[in-house]
Amino acid sequence: MKITFPHMGTTYIPVKMMLDELNIEAILPPNSNKRTLEIGTKISPEAICVPFKIITGNIIEGIELGANTVFMLTGCGPCRFGIFSCLQEEILKDIGYPVEFITADRFSNYEGLKEFIDRLKEVSESNSTIKIINTIRKGYKMLHEVDELAELTNKIRPREVRKGEVDKKWFNFENEIRKTYGYKAMMNIINKYRYEFNNIEIDQDKDCLKIGLVGEIYTILESYINLYIERKLGNMGIEVVRMASASEFVKEQLDFIPFLKSDKKKIYRAAARYLDIPIGGHAIHTIGNIIRGTNEGFDGFIHLLPFTCMPEIVAGSILPTIEKEQNIPILSLVLDEMTGETGYMTRIEAFIDVVQKRREIKNEGKRLYWN
Amino acid sequence: MKESVYIGIDVGSVSTNIVLVNENQEILKKMYLRTMGNPINVLQVGLCQLRDEYNDKINVLGVGSTGSGRQLANFIVGADIVKNEITAHAVASSTYVPDVRTILEIGGQDSKIIILRNQTVCDFAMNTVCAAGTGSFIDRQAARLNIPIEDFGDYALKSDNPVRIAGRCAVFAESDMIHKQQLGYSKEDIINGLCEALVRNYLNNIGKGKEILPPIVFQGGVAANKGIKKAFEKALGHEVYVPEHYNVMGALGAALLAQKAVQKAKRTNFLGLNIVDINFQVKGFECPNCPNACEVVGIYKDDNLAARWGDKCGRWADISIESPS
Repeated sequence: MKITFPHMGTTYIPVKMMLDELNIEAILPPNSNKRTLEIGTKISPEAICVPFKIITGNIIEGIELGANTVFMLTGCGPCRFGIFSCLQEEILKDIGYPVEFITADRFSNYEGLKEFIDRLKEVSESNSTIKIINTIRKGYKMLHEVDELAELTNKIRPREVRKGEVDKKWFNFENEIRKTYGYKAMMNIINKYRYEFNNIEIDQDKDCLKIGLVGEIYTILESYINLYIERKLGNMGIEVVRMASASEFVKEQLDFIPFLKSDKKKIYRAAARYLDIPIGGHAIHTIGNIIRGTNEGFDGFIHLLPFTCMPEIVAGSILPTIEKEQNIPILSLVLDEMTGETGYMTRIEAFIDVVQKRREIKNEGKRLYWN
Repeated sequence: MKESVYIGIDVGSVSTNIVLVNENQEILKKMYLRTMGNPINVLQVGLCQLRDEYNDKINVLGVGSTGSGRQLANFIVGADIVKNEITAHAVASSTYVPDVRTILEIGGQDSKIIILRNQTVCDFAMNTVCAAGTGSFIDRQAARLNIPIEDFGDYALKSDNPVRIAGRCAVFAESDMIHKQQLGYSKEDIINGLCEALVRNYLNNIGKGKEILPPIVFQGGVAANKGIKKAFEKALGHEVYVPEHYNVMGALGAALLAQKAVQKAKRTNFLGLNIVDINFQVKGFECPNCPNACEVVGIYKDDNLAARWGDKCGRWADISIESPS
């Protein structure tokens, strides 16, 4: 059995490692790119959101590399993501790629988790339950490690003395880890690069603007579709914080386990004034994280969403009220299959001008006060 | 004595505008040229005119560039500041109308609303995927009605009974307009209806959720259209002010920003007006190194590679590496 799986940011790193550990051959599709989008768009429903199109493209690129099975998450609840896998299975059958889909429902209770373990057992044939549980634990750990590494780069990038160093190192990191096999070797690479990132020469005293990325999780994590926004802002000297991550998402699912505590409750509480029931997707996180971030002193937020994303459209309609009441600038960017970046750059740059000006006024006000 | 000046350049999709501003922020010269898909050429033609007319009369202290072609302009002329057009428009407006609180800007292919409070931008919006609220919509309908775009506004003002035309989508507006024509409405009433449709669409899309307070400034190429101005005034219930240099406000903002930048830096990056003699060429290639296949663009000055951009990973920024053939 040769398993491929779609991308979402750097989640491929722990997923590939888990398959390696279970002795299943993992076929890693190339990082999402122009071709992925092209082949995905060609066979996807026209009006569906861009994550669906890219994921379909990923799967086909995986099949082209020899995969005969697809692994992905599913389950009703989050948003139409829940129907991605069934729809894609049908589409692939229609165009002559009869691949098997192995899906795992969300594992937000003991039953779900057990089902997930059983699934992995079924796939990996000879592995014991203990080995599988161990592998899941390793995967969980690596997911966190990789997310922390990305957070680290977002802190260093705006402050690096030699421009482009972080980007070059990250590029090398991804290249190296793709070619590495198994938990131990991959963890070594992560540790090596953490050390290297920490040793990049930075301007310690630089006062950077702090911008939070909120919105739909796929568009936050998948750099190809958000036009490498973290990199762009970072290279403009801005500290970017992802307000949603794969590790936090998984943690929220596993929240039922007594010793794992996610920020879910805090986020829900923060959002309650504007939105007090989950309406699917990350809508409540968008609202809650903006409120939390505002209280923590963020300078502004960029709200990312795919065109036609229902939960985020609802969240988006609440944002003007929050902007006014909380006195915080928010920019919404609707992402679809565009490649021309000029229009987006104009908005981002203008938004940064607004945020920068506010910071200056605030600082001046402070100085006056202290005088 | 030579006069000290700043040059502002706005390379937009439809027009490329160049202005010459003296140290007292007075406009000495403004040029409105059609970009026609060839920004480098148009820029050189414009600067050539400038050189012929002013070469021995001016001393250029600084240059600013804006518009969607601002990076390209920067590489050609050597700008002291490269600014997005939203900020540039706001700077120009608030310099000439200091207490402005709302800027309506409608250009050929994009339209924006900029909200200012206490002379600083606090919010803005720009059209995303639809052109129904922009100049090209009016352009098309004028062509269909077979009247010159310059007279469009005058026709609208003559109407006393505007027709309601759907403004949601440029294509539907067109079919709606044809239906109304077949019913026998006068040209004037239909044109006025179109102006109101554009304004309605603008306010419903871009202006949604924005607090539009006076003084209101209306600028961009479409501000020449008196019918649209009147429709805005009717919809908003406030007077709408069209500044004298409404069609070059972006370039003007760039020039004003250049003045500030140069005062701070105490020097200019400007490469001189003789750059018009240089032969600029743009050559692109698709990067073969990864599946992203970025479209990399290199700009050549007299056959020498001067700059390269368009790659996501930054590998081609180093111009000592040769481009693949």
